[in-house]
Amino acid sequence: MLNTTARPEAADETRAVAPAPQRRSRSRTKRRGAWAEGHARTIVSPLELKSRWGRRIYWALLATVLAVFTLVFVFPLYWMVTGAMKTGEEIAQMPPSLFPKAPDFSVFADAWELFDMGLLLKNTLFYAVGAWLFALAVDVTAAYALSKLRPMFGNVILGAMLATLMIPPIVVMIPAYITVTDVPIFGWQLLNSPWAIWFPVAANGFNIFLLKRFFDSIPNELLEAAEIDGVPPWRVLVSIILPISRPILGVVSIFTVVMVFKDFVWPLLVLPDSSKMTISVGLSQTAGQVTQNQIMAGLVIASVPMIIVFLFFQRSIMAGLTAGSLKG
Amino acid sequence: METLTMEPKRQLTPRRRPPTQRRRAVRSNLTAYGFLCAALFCFAMFAWWPIIREVVLSFQQTNLVDEPTWVGLDNFRTVVEDPAFGQAWRNTLVFTLLALLCGYIVPFAVAIVLNELRHARAYLRFVVYLPVMLPPIVSVLLFRWFYDPGPGLFNQVLDFVGLPALAWLDSTDTALISLVIVSTWMNLGSGVLIYLAALQNIPGDLYEAAELDGAGILKRIWHVTVPQTRLILLLMLMLQIVATMQVFIEPYMLTGGGPENATVTVAYLMYQYAFVYGGNYGAGSALGLMLMIVLLAVAAVQLRLTRDEKR
Repeated sequence: MLNTTARPEAADETRAVAPAPQRRSRSRTKRRGAWAEGHARTIVSPLELKSRWGRRIYWALLATVLAVFTLVFVFPLYWMVTGAMKTGEEIAQMPPSLFPKAPDFSVFADAWELFDMGLLLKNTLFYAVGAWLFALAVDVTAAYALSKLRPMFGNVILGAMLATLMIPPIVVMIPAYITVTDVPIFGWQLLNSPWAIWFPVAANGFNIFLLKRFFDSIPNELLEAAEIDGVPPWRVLVSIILPISRPILGVVSIFTVVMVFKDFVWPLLVLPDSSKMTISVGLSQTAGQVTQNQIMAGLVIASVPMIIVFLFFQRSIMAGLTAGSLKG
Repeated sequence: METLTMEPKRQLTPRRRPPTQRRRAVRSNLTAYGFLCAALFCFAMFAWWPIIREVVLSFQQTNLVDEPTWVGLDNFRTVVEDPAFGQAWRNTLVFTLLALLCGYIVPFAVAIVLNELRHARAYLRFVVYLPVMLPPIVSVLLFRWFYDPGPGLFNQVLDFVGLPALAWLDSTDTALISLVIVSTWMNLGSGVLIYLAALQNIPGDLYEAAELDGAGILKRIWHVTVPQTRLILLLMLMLQIVATMQVFIEPYMLTGGGPENATVTVAYLMYQYAFVYGGNYGAGSALGLMLMIVLLAVAAVQLRLTRDEKR
């Protein structure tokens, strides 16, 4: 419906140069084929799409894709939410009920109590926000130094940072854990401390790569003027570079927060104390002791923050997903 | 500190250039390393050192309290002689192949279809990425319920259609594939969106030209779409392999490696050595080192292919 009303001129324009036979069915094509125009050319040409069979196949395909996607990706979540509101007998009954017979919202309050959700959410939020601020501060300054101040051995350092991307964290889980129990030279014991999350998150080669590539694209002339005026490097960073870099900072921020929120193995190892657990670890620990509908209610509560983040920052998330990979 | 020592006016005296320049170079290097030091600390302690430590640890025996002792190849012997060793590698390999089949070809096909659609694009993109946003623990526990041999959704559906119920996670035949299904469900979206972005970068003239040459839809995909997205396909192949090689949460939460080691993966076995079997950090590190070497080999092959491609 959007296409028939939004682009009538575009459709008219093309039809003005179209051959005579099509003019006869003008009113019909206007209604039926307009959506095929005004879109980047893809595998199937607009002409093929506008043909009678093209339209039929297109609508059939669209309906199938919509149905399959909804079934595969939305229905499990629907089942999770309704499962939470069913009673134990209703969950076990055959055949299952599509709607809960007597939706029971009190289960969410029960799950909140049982899983100690308040504490878990507070912990996770604390780790995520701290990791975000710390990683941003560390990675932005490093990327700025590597991109604009260009010290000796800068490329070696960058190479060593990017090389860590080849080795997924789980492979070095044991030595990393041992490091956390006793940080070399400093002798810190970081188990159950938020720094056990924050330090490793800041050591993220991908963030450095994204930030450095963005800073590289900022023309040096812009900074040279400031340098000649005697503006110190940190002022250049804060007042010139950061304001221009808002899009990439957004991407890095979201990714860091989402990563910390989703992570499972690492917090499982380094935050074993039940008063320090993240939401993922907390759910996994308590899931064996409560009923099925209470587990589902817990999962619903744990999903809500991420879904909200997704709704608000969808653009940044999708931009970031392709930013790193497209360059190859 | 840097702010006081900065003297940019120096530039105006070009005659005494060499010594001033050197001093400026030293100074700017100091400033740069000042900016870098926090990152250097984080990387050194939590990224670079663990990699070195893994190599060292795999030749040592340690209990984290006493001084570690060198034990030569003992750890490797322990690991290789473990009956679960061969099984774990076989499972990881099968898991990777299955996950590639579902998680590599399917998203590409889905992305091609999505790119052709002119309606509901925002909805479809949102929906396909939704599971990626959920914490993995949510997907895993949700599917644990679906797989439940009693009141699980999957058996209820099979029963409804009139098919015999399956044991899913409890049978050696279906346990691994069940894990692949969860894993695919929660990761498919990122692949789809990355391919979709790559497809949108293909210039429309190419399809136009192919069409003028009489290429049908399948030929257009094979001769235009695939070559145009080749680099990203290669990159994603490596990323997929690296991602599936480190499968952990699925066996940890769903099967505990069972039944009869049917779902033990290398990463899970490594975890067991270090954190379940009473802290055999040496054996765990030896296994981790093997996994690291395999992954680096995969990365090297990928780099080689990409370089050939770019030339």
